[in-house]
Amino acid sequence: IKFGGFFFKNCHNDYKMKFSLDEEFPDLSLHNNHMAKVLTKEIYGKLRAKSTPSGFTVDDVIQTGVDNPGHPFIMTVGCVAGDEESYEAFKDLLDPIISDRHGGYKPTDKHKTDLNFENLKGGDDLDPNYVLSSRVRTGRSIKGFTLPPHNSRGERRAIQDLSIEALASLDGEFKGKYYPLDGMTDAEQEQLIADHFLFDKPVSPLLTCAGMARDWPDARGIWHNENKTFLVWVNEEDHLRVISMQKGGNMKEVFRRFCVGLQKIEEIFKKHNHGFMWNEHLGYILTCPSNLGTGLRGGVHVKLPKLSTHAKFEEILTRLRLQKRGTGGVDTASVGGVFDISNADRLGSSEVDQVQLVVDGVKLMVEMEKKLEKGESIDGMIPAQK
Amino acid sequence: PSSHPPPAARTSFSRVLSSKRNLGILSVVGGSVTAGFLLHREHLSAGPSVRRLYPASAEYPDLRKHNNCMASNLTPTIYSKLCAKVTPNGYTLDMAIQTGVDNPGHPFIKTVGMVAGDEESYEVFADLLDPIIKERHNGYDPTTMKHPTDLDASKIHSGQFDAKYVLSSRVRTGRSIRGLSLPPACTRAERREVERVVVDALAGLKDDLNGKYYSLTQMTDEEQQQLIDDHFLFDKPVSPLLTCAGMARDWPDARGIWHNNEKTFLIWINEEDHTRVISMEKGGNMKRVFERFCKGLKEVERLIQEKGWEFMWNERLGYILTCPSNLGTGLRAGVHVKLPRLSKDPRFNKILDNLRLQKRGTGGVDTAAVGGTFDISNLDRLGQSEVQLVQTVVDGVNYLIECEKKLEKGQDIKVPPPLKQFK
Repeated sequence: IKFGGFFFKNCHNDYKMKFSLDEEFPDLSLHNNHMAKVLTKEIYGKLRAKSTPSGFTVDDVIQTGVDNPGHPFIMTVGCVAGDEESYEAFKDLLDPIISDRHGGYKPTDKHKTDLNFENLKGGDDLDPNYVLSSRVRTGRSIKGFTLPPHNSRGERRAIQDLSIEALASLDGEFKGKYYPLDGMTDAEQEQLIADHFLFDKPVSPLLTCAGMARDWPDARGIWHNENKTFLVWVNEEDHLRVISMQKGGNMKEVFRRFCVGLQKIEEIFKKHNHGFMWNEHLGYILTCPSNLGTGLRGGVHVKLPKLSTHAKFEEILTRLRLQKRGTGGVDTASVGGVFDISNADRLGSSEVDQVQLVVDGVKLMVEMEKKLEKGESIDGMIPAQK
Repeated sequence: PSSHPPPAARTSFSRVLSSKRNLGILSVVGGSVTAGFLLHREHLSAGPSVRRLYPASAEYPDLRKHNNCMASNLTPTIYSKLCAKVTPNGYTLDMAIQTGVDNPGHPFIKTVGMVAGDEESYEVFADLLDPIIKERHNGYDPTTMKHPTDLDASKIHSGQFDAKYVLSSRVRTGRSIRGLSLPPACTRAERREVERVVVDALAGLKDDLNGKYYSLTQMTDEEQQQLIDDHFLFDKPVSPLLTCAGMARDWPDARGIWHNNEKTFLIWINEEDHTRVISMEKGGNMKRVFERFCKGLKEVERLIQEKGWEFMWNERLGYILTCPSNLGTGLRAGVHVKLPRLSKDPRFNKILDNLRLQKRGTGGVDTAAVGGTFDISNLDRLGQSEVQLVQTVVDGVNYLIECEKKLEKGQDIKVPPPLKQFK
């Protein structure tokens, strides 16, 4: 595969090939992440001479997983892609990781994409006394550019320029404004913080060790519509992160806006010959293998003080294919019995499927909460595995 | 030196690098002529060897809010000239400056903002590094000047301080193993080879230098606790100045600490440099600390040379280390000294400046002084020899103690005339 008309030789990798496999193989004896579980000397030996056309190598893929042994309870992925081609060049490593992370997804499986919001049933009647807010997010990568772990300043700036142009052409409910991280005024910054929109330089070593914070804050920024219900992050962990949200429980409306906005944006990028990275096996291509497929996390902040202390809470979530987080997002604890509940799956089911699970599951859990408030049992309501 | 290392040392590594070692040995003999010789080593690739999709102007970093030596010296012209170059090991300008781009700096402290990935970086990126070196080392011009090396500790005089004032004395430096990439760029194999070469040599130290190696990956809990209690244990770097330069990759693989049984000679392996060498003791006997320092360094050098290795050094830049601020001697000789009265005198900083000394808190760089006790050490690293710098510290600290004593007696002190910088 050519890239910009040239093959890019990775001199550093050529130099590294002089050293033996045994000498270069990382020490993963204390590690607990998907990469460490899958990477054998055999696989490493097979892949170490390879380089994607843009020069990304297997060591680049795994560096974050080598540097972050992981947590005994939380299983991180431990690897990233540097470009679209990474998922092909390093299949021998990434396919088993994808399978482990995405419930046995096979290299021959096909992923269904469905952004037709009309296929969602219900979702407009979640009880706002319990469901405080609703949100759907995903990521998109722009074809023809390498990904945040690998891209140069020139590429990142080109991604920003293209994104600004695309977003500036939106109108109606999507009319909005772009705020570059290194150009906003103090007043704008304070407003974005107050709205909980502002993202900061990544501090998590999972991201920094993968090189995603390089050159911060160059070519990073935030765009949102005037209504503050549709938000796009540019050049954070992915080229684009797209978020639709609002207070209350009308997930149907949030999802409608999500689908319509995404498709409008995609049209514009396609016109510039830079559509989104996507294929029928892996769906939307993103930096972290955990976000392949839909890259979608649809969720609510919901009050479940009684249900969350019930012995079967975790079991119920698992059966509903949902996950819980604290209201600060991933890695936070819940406050006052309010949880962030979202879909657990990303790959192998469509956007509509995943949001449907959230809508149906949250509705059921709110009903369970109400039963528990009245002192009644919920044993008869425990769902079967979805 | 033999060009065929004994069979025991013939790892696949040494076979790969034997040609580099011979070049290295030549450079000790031939001086700066060999620098060019090193540059003509095996070209690893033909054709476009550095990924350059965009013109230099599109890649040039935004340094408008930056205050470090790299930002002060990296013009668009220099960037454009160097951005497509690559060292034989594959290190590029963008890699070298990444730490300075990611860390704009502090309004008061001017950091260097750039590192070397290998010995050749100092040649390939000389158009940027030479002016940075000149700025950081107070006018030392690497294009015209030569750096003197002198590890003869017998030349030090008056090197025993009044123990009523000086609590401890310490000398540190770094050494890099020629032929292996530096911490920002080294592969896991190279890093492990550095560990092997150095640990092997240290095992040959005898008498008061006899000691033991503690690998970070394998030390026991008891050993770890003891090293913490002795204040010897170093931790994974958290400073973004270091992490953004890639020095913490693969931690703690091939990192460790060696120290002698008497706990007066300590070596860090694969932290910010291949090795950091520290000699220290309680009290004011700086001469003895420096004697041990020189003896230990020379012994280690002899032992690695027996196996066909050597330190990175040239007469233009002295000892080659990761950060340009540590070139030359890489030496910081200092004391913890009680100066409660002098430190309150408004002339204190001027006196230090003129004596070519710097002060730090007793926690090291970036800490504040506690109870009038300061860490006082040499300002300079490059352009003067080890003996000259240690003598400067000795003379300077003696002067500071005299000032403190005068102030105790209610007498006035004098600001000394400024020392000449390059001798």
